[in-house]
Amino acid sequence: MQSAFSLSFSQSSLTLPNRPLCSSNASPRNLRREAFGFSPSKQLTSCRFQVKSGNGAPSNKSFDYDLVIIGAGVGGHGAALHAVEKGLKTAIIEGDVVGGTCVNRGCVPSKALLAVSGRMRELQNEHHMKSFGLQVSAAGYDRQGVADHANNLATKIRNNLTNSMKALGVDILTGFGSVLGPQKVKYGKDNIITAKDIIIATGSVPFVPKGIEVDGKTVITSDHALKLESVPDWIAIVGSGYIGLEFSDVYTALGSEVTFIEALDQLMPGFDPEISKLAQRVLINPRKIDYHTGVFASKITPAKDGRPVMIELIDAKTKEPKDTLEVDAALIATGRAPFTNGLGLENINVATQRGFIPVDERMRVIDGNGKLVPNLYCIGDANGKLMLAHAASAQGISVVEQVTGRDHVLNHLTIPAACFTHPEISMVGLTEPQAREKAEKEGFKVSIAKTSFKANTKALAENEGEGLAKMIYRPDNGEILGVHIFGLHAADLIHEASNAIALGTRIQDIKLAVHAHPTLSEVVDELFKAAKVESPASTTPQSVKATV
Amino acid sequence: MALSSSSFLSTPSLPNSKSTISFASSVSPAPIPSLRRVVFRSHRREMTVRSKIREIFMPALSSTMTEGKIVSWLKTEGEKLAKGQSVVVVESDKADMDVETFYDGYLAAIVVGEGETAPVGAAIGLLAETEAEIEEAKSKAASKSSSAAVAPSPPPPATSSPAPAISQPAPVAAGSDGPRKTVATPYAKKLAKQHKVDIGSVAGTGPFGRITASDVEAAAGIAPSVAPPPPPPAASPTATTAKATTTSSPPLLPDSSVVPFTAMQSAVSKNMIESLSVPTFRVGYPVNTDALDALYEKVKPKGVTMTALLAKAAGMALAQHPVVNASCKDGKSFSYNSNINIAVAVAINGGLITPVLQDADKLDLYLLSQKWKELVGKARSKQLQPHEYNSGTFTLSNLGMFGVDRFDAILPPGQGAIMAVGASKPTVVADKDGFFSVKNKMMVNVTADHRIVYGADLAAFLQTFAKIVENPDSLTL
Repeated sequence: MQSAFSLSFSQSSLTLPNRPLCSSNASPRNLRREAFGFSPSKQLTSCRFQVKSGNGAPSNKSFDYDLVIIGAGVGGHGAALHAVEKGLKTAIIEGDVVGGTCVNRGCVPSKALLAVSGRMRELQNEHHMKSFGLQVSAAGYDRQGVADHANNLATKIRNNLTNSMKALGVDILTGFGSVLGPQKVKYGKDNIITAKDIIIATGSVPFVPKGIEVDGKTVITSDHALKLESVPDWIAIVGSGYIGLEFSDVYTALGSEVTFIEALDQLMPGFDPEISKLAQRVLINPRKIDYHTGVFASKITPAKDGRPVMIELIDAKTKEPKDTLEVDAALIATGRAPFTNGLGLENINVATQRGFIPVDERMRVIDGNGKLVPNLYCIGDANGKLMLAHAASAQGISVVEQVTGRDHVLNHLTIPAACFTHPEISMVGLTEPQAREKAEKEGFKVSIAKTSFKANTKALAENEGEGLAKMIYRPDNGEILGVHIFGLHAADLIHEASNAIALGTRIQDIKLAVHAHPTLSEVVDELFKAAKVESPASTTPQSVKATV
Repeated sequence: MALSSSSFLSTPSLPNSKSTISFASSVSPAPIPSLRRVVFRSHRREMTVRSKIREIFMPALSSTMTEGKIVSWLKTEGEKLAKGQSVVVVESDKADMDVETFYDGYLAAIVVGEGETAPVGAAIGLLAETEAEIEEAKSKAASKSSSAAVAPSPPPPATSSPAPAISQPAPVAAGSDGPRKTVATPYAKKLAKQHKVDIGSVAGTGPFGRITASDVEAAAGIAPSVAPPPPPPAASPTATTAKATTTSSPPLLPDSSVVPFTAMQSAVSKNMIESLSVPTFRVGYPVNTDALDALYEKVKPKGVTMTALLAKAAGMALAQHPVVNASCKDGKSFSYNSNINIAVAVAINGGLITPVLQDADKLDLYLLSQKWKELVGKARSKQLQPHEYNSGTFTLSNLGMFGVDRFDAILPPGQGAIMAVGASKPTVVADKDGFFSVKNKMMVNVTADHRIVYGADLAAFLQTFAKIVENPDSLTL
């Protein structure tokens, strides 16, 4: 990413550091924009946007900035870049490090660890290697080397993010930011700035239930785990959502045994039941993992005085003591809590709900009286709508659209999600039970199309036939309600479906689109083709053009 | 998947020898406890009048499905089932599917284990209506799955059943309420379930006294799944070294290492020592293979292997010489076998096993080849059932593919004869008119138990075998 950046500078032969990048595809902004339903700009010249030198001047002289964003995570970054593109004078306040959770303590370093675990898993799978005719002698790893890879990646992406904002002239203000009053923000010790609009994008921190004592060594959160300071022989993972699952993939590949502790009756809650059933069969059962479901970890004590980590389990419903576990380490992956303390919300009469800042569908902050706070928005984990990095970024862009005069409501059902286990899990839209419930209420029919990775040539060539793709749709009009994929590169495959949902493309139309053979994308193609839709294909713009 | 072998044969002997028990458990999941349950069966049966034990069948998941593989049992034996719950995952020719139960009850017994295959409609498990019937169902299952294995000899006498009636109450939720707290790692628990080891009886040697995977493996009498890496050159002598040197063997040379036998290797070793008590002799015979080679070229595209051809030829020859197919069990009598089951030695990773082609004389060549492929596959994945490796009545060992021209095989205990086949090589021969020609000749060397097979018997058998090989058309009939 970084090298692409400098390359584009030299190519565009523009020396002004504050000029926006004129060659198009180097910036992460563009990568991100593709996921959303609106087109960036009408002009198709090489320069996509024009800003006044130095991030412009505020359009209203009475403010220091058009837009101030508190928090330079992925959400704030996405909003800042889009704001500059829209000609807003923008500042971003960061009290810690640019990049936030995703880049420094979340998605990014975890992908580095998962890249390692995927390879380890493959190299250790003698049967898999043999079926390729490959011979590999015992695979091993160097823990520090793996940890360094994750750390280096985070640093690299953090620098890319910082540079991309600097290059566009976004003012990066260092210090803890808080809201002083309407359109007024304080950062650092006592710097006060005014802005026409303010976005809160302060994100979240790992949630640690009470009774659990985190020492950062034997009882840890994802923040510690990503540093990979140790690989315990036996680690309990509290919570079997995305974070827990991904870490179970990493730890088991590196030789740990894992015990899941899940409060709900079933592992992997939140996934489509059929997908989680299959995922359990592939990701849990054959691995060195066992689990306790329907239980809370009421008390976790770190290892000390020659004793292992002790975990007391109680029944999730009756609260009766159930069992005590003795393990070498415990990872708390029970979700994330919004980071909204000290934001000065009391100054504008906003009361958080379980820490989350209440917002409406346009991310406008709602105060204690249920009224909208003018010119104040909250995006990302801090509002709790959909705690995903790309959702935060999409919300930020949506807000910028609104403050620049174009009303925009983000449809969260078009936002894909992925879990980067081996193989991956991805989804967009509704799960089957959700769709059936909706159908019942609204009186339409729901159909399911399914295909197996066993039927895909590319997957079989990779010896990775394990997997399932499933589409939930309306047979009457061909609307896609949800797509769930479990299999090789599922996280990359979901976007054809999420784009189709975002653009309102119907199955009867997209099924006519062509996929290269043999590719994994044919798994999704297979879903479209397997669907039985009653309405005929519409006349697409392309076909009109062809007939002209 | 070339067939290979060595002369150090180990057809595991009768199932009542102790080494076979560990051997069996290392090669296939066939549970030894089930052999024991056979003993109680009659016992229990008399007591129960009638019970509701239902069979769980292999379902037909697609119109083209003829057999299914058990991917995993979602429930364990003794677990309670509610109507509609998924019990087992079955892989058909198309996909993996969950199979649900139509009745409430208890999963009393698993008849077809994970990774095994069963035809559509076959019973794969038993469902008991009440907890009380679990034991009965288990014995039913035991009789189902082990009848073949037990066939050669009666079940072991009383010594192996110390406490019949209270054999094994259904395991209840892993003893969380017991006073003694067992801590076992996830993998240890998995292995215990897989090898049917009672985790409560395993002594933990891991940190904080927990039971680790290697403790369970030790309890199950199997080698650790992860082969120990070759010790570094300057490795200090470890405990195993010390133990090994307590015998009178000369001290180890510096830099040498001691690697203990795996269970399979121990079984081989034991069988080899046992073989010394049998008086054997050997007869060799050159066989012209030109016609066989020509036939092989013809049938090879149809999936026929040289192993199948040789097994078929041996089977047909044995049919005419039953004494070579017999064995001497007690030193006082001939035990004639009604079937001709040819065991064929196969080298597998770190060991040797002899999958058995049953009724080799009766099955046609194509079926035999198909069967052989299946057996070799199972052998490599360690899924052979006991009757698939210990029911041989005659053994074939072929080292021809290595270019070995002749060798001498050791007679496996419990059989009457073993045939060692060398490579087929162009040889100059003179016919009765004095004309020289070049023919492909293969040296066949049979080792036999001279208590029952005499020189003339073996010679006659070899002559028949040579005739069949030299005029191989009958093989394809």
